[in-house]
Amino acid sequence: MTSAATIVRARRRATLTRFWRDYRSHRTGIAGLVILGVFALVAIFAPLLADPSGLDITKATAPGHMAPSPGYPLGTDENGRSVLTLLIHGTRMSLLVGLAATVIAMVIGTAIGVMAGFYSGWLRSILNAVSDWFLVIPFLPLAIVMATILGASLLNIIIVIGVTSWPGTARLVCAQTLSVRERPYMERAKALGASDWHQMTRHVLPNVMPLVMAHVVLTVSIAILSETTLSFLGLGDPTRPSWGYILDHAFSTGAMTNNEWWFVMPPGICVVLVVLAFTLIGRTLEAVLNPRLKETR
Amino acid sequence: MSETSRGAGVALGAHGLHVRFGTARAVDGVELEIGSGEIVALVGESGCGKTTLARSLLGLVRPAEGSVMHGDHPLSYARGALKEFRRHVQLVLQDPTGSLNPRHTVYEAVAEGLRIHGISGDEETRVSEALAKAGLRPPERFFLRYPHELSGGQRQRVVIAGALVLEPDVLVADEPVSSLDASVRGEILALLLKLRAELGLSVLVVTHDLGLAWNIADRVAVMYLGRIVETGPTAEVLLAPRHPYTKALLSVVPEINKLEPVVLVGETPDPSRIPAGCRFRPRCPAYAAVLPKEVAARCETEPPAVLPADRGHHAACHLTEA
Amino acid sequence: MTLLELRDLNVTYAGDVPAVRGVDLSVAPGQVLGIAGESGCGKSTITNAVLRLLPRSAKVGGQVLLDGEDVYGMSFGRLRAVRWAEASIVFQGALHSLNAVQRIGRQIAEPILLHSKATRKEADRRVGELLEQVGLPARRARDYPHQLSGGQRQRVMVALALACGPRLLIADEPTTALDVMVQAQVLALLSSLVRDLGLSMVLISHDLSVLGSTCDRVAVMYAGRVVEQGPATAVFDDPRHPYSAALAGAFPRIGDERFRYSPRGLPGDPPFPGDLPGGCEFHPRCPVALDKCATTEVALAELGDGRTSACLRATEPNLDLRGAR
Repeated sequence: MTSAATIVRARRRATLTRFWRDYRSHRTGIAGLVILGVFALVAIFAPLLADPSGLDITKATAPGHMAPSPGYPLGTDENGRSVLTLLIHGTRMSLLVGLAATVIAMVIGTAIGVMAGFYSGWLRSILNAVSDWFLVIPFLPLAIVMATILGASLLNIIIVIGVTSWPGTARLVCAQTLSVRERPYMERAKALGASDWHQMTRHVLPNVMPLVMAHVVLTVSIAILSETTLSFLGLGDPTRPSWGYILDHAFSTGAMTNNEWWFVMPPGICVVLVVLAFTLIGRTLEAVLNPRLKETR
Repeated sequence: MSETSRGAGVALGAHGLHVRFGTARAVDGVELEIGSGEIVALVGESGCGKTTLARSLLGLVRPAEGSVMHGDHPLSYARGALKEFRRHVQLVLQDPTGSLNPRHTVYEAVAEGLRIHGISGDEETRVSEALAKAGLRPPERFFLRYPHELSGGQRQRVVIAGALVLEPDVLVADEPVSSLDASVRGEILALLLKLRAELGLSVLVVTHDLGLAWNIADRVAVMYLGRIVETGPTAEVLLAPRHPYTKALLSVVPEINKLEPVVLVGETPDPSRIPAGCRFRPRCPAYAAVLPKEVAARCETEPPAVLPADRGHHAACHLTEA
Repeated sequence: MTLLELRDLNVTYAGDVPAVRGVDLSVAPGQVLGIAGESGCGKSTITNAVLRLLPRSAKVGGQVLLDGEDVYGMSFGRLRAVRWAEASIVFQGALHSLNAVQRIGRQIAEPILLHSKATRKEADRRVGELLEQVGLPARRARDYPHQLSGGQRQRVMVALALACGPRLLIADEPTTALDVMVQAQVLALLSSLVRDLGLSMVLISHDLSVLGSTCDRVAVMYAGRVVEQGPATAVFDDPRHPYSAALAGAFPRIGDERFRYSPRGLPGDPPFPGDLPGGCEFHPRCPVALDKCATTEVALAELGDGRTSACLRATEPNLDLRGAR
């Protein structure tokens, strides 16, 4: 099957090329990719761009609340640390939390959505009731309560955000599963003797994944916003600065009232840009992958 | 090929089968046998319960009463037994486009049955043999095609190959050619005949097309509102029909120089409100014409008996009994 | 005098896909013309070409004369008046062609109100008449499409097409997806309308036996061209083109021993219009093809008795095209 394997690879490459050609035709999608690429590079090379020792309060030598100067392009925080250093390392934290929480949300949401769509009867009722419950409970109080109970740490904040942001994915996957379930190939698989597991993994999943991917990218931006919110409320990991952490510190030490723009604006702008990038990419993916949107275009 | 010389063994059967959906009696007492190596056409209009009967024969719908017979044994709905049963009885659906997962290649679609049943020995040979049997030659050329790259006829052959790969003894084909182009139909029907001749496959063809039955079936069972109303060897049922419903169906097959068409009014009634007495009475042209009083009275009160599953020619009509 | 005449009609879709190539057809008043063929043969393109319903990117050549007037020379206002009032279409797939959230009476009244100066009340009365004409009680005007069965919906589609009193009805696969009994009901209805209202009709189907029992004349299309034309019964009983023979054999005559255990079909698939074989476009699938068929372009030739065929062997006396496999 060596020749077959190479053909498979060639076909995959052709599919990717076609996908990329479609994607490229959306200018907003490209803009999103460029913005995200810059932030990803910053996150990856953070230790090279700014010495991690600059995060240590005990090693800070500059005065606090200092305006930007050549040595400190974005000034200093209340402890005399460089805001730029905080910002660079915060990029890492914010992206990490956003992506990790999204993976959790995606796994839970897809699993619950597929099951709720695939099975009828009491199981669907229960699963739908659970996702409804998570949908109607206001996110913030729930997250605050959970973060308080679990304690503030990086892992916990990921779990809190992941566990609270899956219902949207579940809803989408459930609706898509319902339509896939009615396709004749599902009945054919059943008549071949396929187990429920086989039907869900071999037939439902491949057909819902493209939509999930598009949706997930949108979820990342929400997760990053949530992380910022929770950190701003002081529920983030106190040992690892993120953008929310910077904003929290800026707010609690009076930076906002003192017009210390270098302390407040950069993390805010970063959040907006990253969220915008993910949204642009997600919308483009949706347009490229969802055949129904394509028709109306 | 004679119509009676088939082997006596029964490949698949229904005994006293009832299927209900809520109050709807979709299948309402059916006796049917498909002998080994036999092609039986199950004919009826949409809503008559023929598709539900076919699905219950595949174990996809559980009957409320009665049993599905596979060989000499009633079908068990325990998970393991059902899975084993499905190796032997395979399904071919009407719409080949929908029957194939658009994201699976031909190879994956055909190999799926093998993977489900954990048959690992030389998968590639089995797949290419099944494709060749279904008339896709050379098979290797089709391995990596996707369904959308094939024509309708080729897709239906892939579906058939996917069934053949498990070496089943019965094929249940639900309107296998009705969504195909006219010039392609014949080739698919010829394939079913060839599979019967070469592999001894039994086939139940569910169809609304009497011409198809004339083309390939040994026996015909005509279904109306959940019951089989006439059954028998194809030539007898189609050339000398006894039940007024069969007569009406035959009279409207579009043809030239034919008999005066008996166009029944209305459509198949609701299976949750089956008329008392003979279920066909409200649309029956024979009942509407003048009938002897005692026969008419029986039509109104007494349901005709359920037809036996043997190979004879029977009709569930008081008029023909009299 | 002809009501509809196509003169050398050519339709080419974007990407240089010739869907219809040099078709000449005509329909006399009160006549029923059947067009037979399979998916991709161009029969639905003809339907749309007659009323200028093709996508803008399609290039149309030749003439479509409706009552002597060229449809492609009409002003847009004139065209609107002609659609529905002169010629109207009964589309296939009645379920999707009706608006699911509007009562059927309103849907039938809409073209009446648009095309005539009728008042609401007059339109409603006309809707009742139309429904009764197609065999539905007038009170069904208050129903929504989902309350009707498939056959009843197809009757509504016919009533819609009749709404403005056209002289030509174009029925595109009106009975596909319907049961035999309902199909017979709809065909009987269409035949009675042609007879009683003196309509002309173009009936399009892939089932030659449907056309054979309903039409006066039949044109068989393959790969965008008419390959055989003639009186309906003659084409069905004694086809003079191997493709018509295959279509006639696809739906066998019950009782004909030649079809028992012997379904007829053609090898291969209909060609894609953008990628036609050379010579006679049917030769790769033809059971009686000669060597020269691969290289000779075959034009429609007169056979006498009002019949034409595009087959080199059409006049060979003892060639049983229908029996050929």
